[in-house]
Amino acid sequence: MANAGTKNRPLSPHLQIWRWGPHMFVSIMHRVTGNGLAFAGLGVLLWWLGALASGPAAYATFAWAMTTPIGYIVLVGISWAFFTHMMSGLRHFVLDIGAGFELKTNRTWSILSPVLGVVLTVAFWAILLLR
Amino acid sequence: MGNGTSIGRVRGLGSAKTGPHHWLVQRFTAIGNLLLVLWLAVSILLLPDLTYASVSEWLATPVPATAMALLVVSTFWHARLGLQVVVEDYVHEHANKFACIAALNLAAFAGAAFGVFCVVRLALGAHA
Repeated sequence: MANAGTKNRPLSPHLQIWRWGPHMFVSIMHRVTGNGLAFAGLGVLLWWLGALASGPAAYATFAWAMTTPIGYIVLVGISWAFFTHMMSGLRHFVLDIGAGFELKTNRTWSILSPVLGVVLTVAFWAILLLR
Repeated sequence: MGNGTSIGRVRGLGSAKTGPHHWLVQRFTAIGNLLLVLWLAVSILLLPDLTYASVSEWLATPVPATAMALLVVSTFWHARLGLQVVVEDYVHEHANKFACIAALNLAAFAGAAFGVFCVVRLALGAHA
């Protein structure tokens, strides 16, 4: 590898040089929620499945942990991360086919996707707790 | 064709043909996650309650067991691909990057195997 030619090359402008816009926020949140889902989401999923496979005593421990205040924060956080990641992921599908790059359209959906993520989270918990 | 920069050395050689594989599988697993996690969310809302008896009885039936096993595979695969990109973006030292991706592979396969095993154990009547 000829690293000499690649070291100290000019870098493309990074975060601090751009004027902030919602498309930057939605992109960063996509990564943040994806990481959260990978660690907390899949962790809780495996705990849930492991507790189910282990029996009623293990499930009681899981159910106790998830109904403490911290447990609820974790579960609400995971559901919010999922719906937010899902909405920004759907936005990615649209961008992948080459649509939605017009400035106004792009701005609109960058604002709408995280908002819809919150709306879906609230709807999910409202149905779950109020049924 | 120059030889001073990495782009200069590869310019004009054409594509490597396998470049989009990671990108495409990230999308394919995303479609799987979309369907399967929405199925899980709706199922949780449709269950009468979330007690051990209700959930284990439901998850032991064939269609939910199959869907849950697929969900585990699809989400762990997708997470493994996504975290690989995160590692590649932030870990620049070659040895550390290799170690991170090796650990990521182990964790992803171990997690998915554990999840599928739990579903199979429940479905094949661990507590029936």
